[in-house]
Amino acid sequence: MVTYLQQARRAGLSRLDTKGSPYLYIAPFFLLFALFGLFPLLYTAYVSFNDWDLLDAGSHSWVGLANYRELLQDAYFWNALGNTLSIWVLSTVPQLLAALWIAHLLNHRLRARTALRMGVLLPNITSIVAVTIVFTQLFGRDFGMVNWLLGAVGIGPVDWQAGTWSSHLAISFIVAWRWVGYNALIYLASMQAIPHDLYEAAELDGASQSQQFWRITVPMLRPTIIFTTVISTIGGLQIMAEPLLFASSQTPTGGSDRQFQTVALFMYEQGFREFRFGYASAIAWTLCLVIVVFAIVNFLLTRRIADDED
Amino acid sequence: MRHRLFRMTAAVLTAGLLLTACGGNDGGAGSDGKITLTINLFGNFGYQKLYEQYQKDHPDIVIKENTAAYNDHHRELATHLATNSGAGDIEGVDTGFIAQMRERGNLFTDLGTDRQAEYLPWKWQASLTKDGKQIGYGTDVGGLAICYRKDLFEKAGVPSERDQVSAAWASGWDQFIEFGKRYAQKAPAGSAFFDGGGQLFNAVVGQAPVGYYSEDDTIVVGSNPEVRKAWDLTVQAIQGNLSAKLIGSSQEWNNGFAKDQFATVACPAWMMTKIKDQAKHAAGKWDVAAVPGGGGNWGGSYLTVPKQGKNVEEAKKLAAWLSAPEQQAHVFTEMGNLPSIPALYDKPEIAGFTSDFFNDAPVGRLFTTAAKQLKPQHQGPRAGDIQTTIRDALVRVEQGKQTPDESWQQMVEDVERLAK
Repeated sequence: MVTYLQQARRAGLSRLDTKGSPYLYIAPFFLLFALFGLFPLLYTAYVSFNDWDLLDAGSHSWVGLANYRELLQDAYFWNALGNTLSIWVLSTVPQLLAALWIAHLLNHRLRARTALRMGVLLPNITSIVAVTIVFTQLFGRDFGMVNWLLGAVGIGPVDWQAGTWSSHLAISFIVAWRWVGYNALIYLASMQAIPHDLYEAAELDGASQSQQFWRITVPMLRPTIIFTTVISTIGGLQIMAEPLLFASSQTPTGGSDRQFQTVALFMYEQGFREFRFGYASAIAWTLCLVIVVFAIVNFLLTRRIADDED
Repeated sequence: MRHRLFRMTAAVLTAGLLLTACGGNDGGAGSDGKITLTINLFGNFGYQKLYEQYQKDHPDIVIKENTAAYNDHHRELATHLATNSGAGDIEGVDTGFIAQMRERGNLFTDLGTDRQAEYLPWKWQASLTKDGKQIGYGTDVGGLAICYRKDLFEKAGVPSERDQVSAAWASGWDQFIEFGKRYAQKAPAGSAFFDGGGQLFNAVVGQAPVGYYSEDDTIVVGSNPEVRKAWDLTVQAIQGNLSAKLIGSSQEWNNGFAKDQFATVACPAWMMTKIKDQAKHAAGKWDVAAVPGGGGNWGGSYLTVPKQGKNVEEAKKLAAWLSAPEQQAHVFTEMGNLPSIPALYDKPEIAGFTSDFFNDAPVGRLFTTAAKQLKPQHQGPRAGDIQTTIRDALVRVEQGKQTPDESWQQMVEDVERLAK
């Protein structure tokens, strides 16, 4: 015999279950995010308003916006921002185009398809340090293979590290090489979600392979392309390890004249060579804002594309 | 079948990733009761055989050495001190950074004054905090000489016997550059006279009584005529096309040894260790001559024991043992690093030591003489970073990115920025 009270309690519990337990299920993510995402973010903001010497733990003083004011007048910051944008464009555009093309190839019936599909991811799981060291040798001034190849066709030799453009090109190449496979797999996944009858219909209408690719595959991939663009933007604007290891000088200044110092590298230099923790935090937050701005621009572009389709 | 293969491959890859991700930091006593002492260094200190001996004498100790590049090592040490975790039980510190560490003396174990009488007085002073704590045992001092490729000199038709060579540039660096120009006229293809502007500059400025800092820790790079003189000399050598334009200790510089890209290297005693490591194919072809003008110092190191370590007492014992006279003598004859303990300089096994790698050059006599003449230069907190900044400025000249005057101007501003 179930009493009215018990029934009500059970109903209450079940309501609590349906209302409450979803929050419990997603709680681990938010707890971890609060601990490892939100807290460092806010703490960095706090630090950025201080004059904070990393070596003198505990001694810091509130300076308000002074770090940001100094940053906006710092020629080395603007130099680093320019380098970052240049390397980002030079690496992202060819990288995504190449990824699209590779995904298209992998989508066909190929011999050893699984092996190839896994193979394109290999550059991405290879140690970034190893990759950069190997490429730095390939781009060597005196005995690099790239210069040797260029010499065979009568060009060069190029001192890749010395020039602004040459160093940006070389670094972009390293970045692109690492991430092409990753993006190709994402494209491949969504290519396989495209209904096959679309291609069959196109083929009946006499559409060529390239027409099918540009008229069917690319438009159907649009959301994925936008996703990869945003992700590459976030990653590309934070490039640090490649320019750090590309410099044979082993210093975070990005070449003799800071010709390939990125914002992330500049932040590292200020934080861990100058030990100006507050200033480095201000750089971190400014970089974050720059990335947000670029993300918003991307979002607006996305909406425009959707409107065009209607 | 394919699925199983895929899953297995995925599992193997994942395991690989996890393994590489967990480079465990397990200090302290292990499960077998042994104490692991980590010792973090930059470059080769020549300790491998000594570790074996120490571990044999102390069965409960396991020694683990990590080496990193010069700048990386000191940057990491500073970070580990700041965050109060991650430092090794023993940390090597170079002359260029000892003043910076000395200012954070409270983060290091005081090694006491027991061994003061053993050391060169200036070496002892350099790692002493203002309140009289000793943060590091000196290992070696640099001294200065010029290491050169006898065979390349012969091919270029310039004097190649070490006494003739020393005499040819005895009066100073102007003669060194003149000699270089003679070398360049008939030099074997692809070989420059010296390795790079940054290294030449360090040697020249290392002979000055005052370098980057005055005694009261004020940076004087922009106003000290000695710095300008060293700069002008280096620029002159670069413009004479005598530089191989390589940055010291870089991968390209290492390759340069194998490819015979340069005929001379400014040579503090520890440089002999680097040359031996990099130029194995050229054993016996290298030789050592006196440095132009005589005297001078570049580099030299210390062993420190950060307070944050788990085995401070054992680490102190090991650091003291590694830097004790007997071991310093071993390192000198084995590798080439010059002792910082003057009592060793007159010992026959040191003073009379000749190196077969360097064509039986009397490196014992050469370097102990240099060490006795050595007038130490006061090093301030950012000396290491100033050195790097000047090197980058000289690289800009070598790369043709700037005129020497533009580069000097920017360098002085960059150095001022370091002082902020």
